[in-house]
Amino acid sequence: MTATATRPAGSSAAAPEPAPPAKPPRRNLTGYWLLLPGALWLAVFFVVPFYSLLATSLYDPGGSVLEGYDMSWAFGNYVTAVQEYWRPLVRSLWYGAVATAICLVLGYVLAYAIAFKAGRWKNLMLILVIAPFFTSFLVRTLSWKLLLRDDGFVVDTLQFLHVLGADGRLLATPVAVIAGLVYNFLPFMVLPLYASIDKIDPRLVEAAGDLYARPFVGFFKVTWPLSLPGVVSGTLLTFIPAVGDYINAQLLGSPGQRMIGNVIQNLFTDAGDYPVAGALSVMLMLLILVLVLVYVRRAGTEELL
Amino acid sequence: MNGPLQRLGRWVGSHLVLAGGLLVLLYMFVPIFVVVLMSFNDPDSRLIYRFDGFTLKNWADPCAPDGMCGALSRSIQIGLLATVVATLLGTLMAFALVRHRFHGRSAANLGIFLPMASPEIVMGSSLLALFVAAGFGGRLGFWTILIAHIMFCLSFVVVTVRARLAGLDDNLEQAAMDLYATEVQTFRRVTLPLVFPGILGAALLSFSLSFDDFIITNLNAGNTTTFPMYVWGVAQRGVPMQVNVVGTVMFLVSVVIVVAVEVRRRRQERVLAG
Repeated sequence: MTATATRPAGSSAAAPEPAPPAKPPRRNLTGYWLLLPGALWLAVFFVVPFYSLLATSLYDPGGSVLEGYDMSWAFGNYVTAVQEYWRPLVRSLWYGAVATAICLVLGYVLAYAIAFKAGRWKNLMLILVIAPFFTSFLVRTLSWKLLLRDDGFVVDTLQFLHVLGADGRLLATPVAVIAGLVYNFLPFMVLPLYASIDKIDPRLVEAAGDLYARPFVGFFKVTWPLSLPGVVSGTLLTFIPAVGDYINAQLLGSPGQRMIGNVIQNLFTDAGDYPVAGALSVMLMLLILVLVLVYVRRAGTEELL
Repeated sequence: MNGPLQRLGRWVGSHLVLAGGLLVLLYMFVPIFVVVLMSFNDPDSRLIYRFDGFTLKNWADPCAPDGMCGALSRSIQIGLLATVVATLLGTLMAFALVRHRFHGRSAANLGIFLPMASPEIVMGSSLLALFVAAGFGGRLGFWTILIAHIMFCLSFVVVTVRARLAGLDDNLEQAAMDLYATEVQTFRRVTLPLVFPGILGAALLSFSLSFDDFIITNLNAGNTTTFPMYVWGVAQRGVPMQVNVVGTVMFLVSVVIVVAVEVRRRRQERVLAG
């Protein structure tokens, strides 16, 4: 992130990723030994758990956490999960998509401003982008709750402007939940976008201008295509956590805005219905994997980070 | 007709975009202002949040609310331990990926990317399923939280350190070797100091990820409470203003650290540039 920040004005700034070192890396067993401890940790606590989750989703729904579950290949759990909870599932995907689209617009403006317009304030602005991150996610979301409350400044202003009716409110509406998602995941959009836009040689955009492209044409024919890798990884990094999030829906929404995360969390911790919760979790993961694959294929970017 | 339009476009481009960017940045700070303000609030009631009056008592006695400081210190302990282990394992992995060639490289890359691309609720519930299946269902707590945190911090460490390593000029190491430094000496005196900012950045990132995590922690915590879980709990029944004191302190401390790192980096760059 920091390596790209300084470069002499005349250098070939648009050169692609620095090529791998010319010296061939050593090929011996050391590489495996260095990789081993971390790889084991990920294997045992990331890969194996998926297997457990898959198994859990096929347990006999008649069991309970205390008495234990029997493995009965109960594919019916998936039917139950879809029948009972398709609404929160669709709602999560919808909220996630809207929040990601808004993040893309806001994040693009900010990343573009930092990369091309900030001049010597570039690093400071980058620091400011990540700074809010360091105040707890939950504490920040609670302060949105405060800001959007019924007799608060925001609601009063919107009522005065007749954007909201006299009884209109923001809390416990989809607007509040989506606003919270946008707010919380915006940095995940800005940083990859910035990394991509910063690599674009401004002279390419100038060249487009010299060839009589209007600024907007220049943007859509030059800047936007070159920033596509950042757009792809930014959208993924925003969409995925936004769909799985339940904190915003819980704190800023009402049961009418319940998302799939709320359902899974309740089924695991309160209701103790592990098989159906597991089935929902597996479906969410598969759905996201498929979306990611389709999206990456379409956008034509194989490298992600 | 072409001229003025184009000029207008240029003007819009050069000023509006920057103004827009600054507005977005301001928006990101709105809740921070609220948190700082509310840390000085003297509320009339626990459930209605308004700024009722200025007081310093939240700052004078930050540990007044029951259980908050216990949860806070637990979060700090878990954060530190998770950071140490994840930074160590992750840095080794980054070195392996940049400096060594081996079979199964793309599988390793995928394995590192996937934890960052999985929804937290899925990772949290899979871990819970594993712990329950392994018979640890009744012993969820400090250690299961720690295991989970190391797992999700690891990928971020690898990515951060790898970026720094890949950007290094390996001529410097070659030069050290040419001057008869042994491999260990080269590593200690040349490579490590150069990679250190990346490692430090990765450690800071790990700590803040661990300290802030709620979704995965909540599923694997049993009866143990971390700071985010404490906040979640009081969110339903009235938030003590001291939570905002903690939020403000966290914000200040991290800004100081980030700025210090940035200043150091600039100074180092100036030295290297001569």
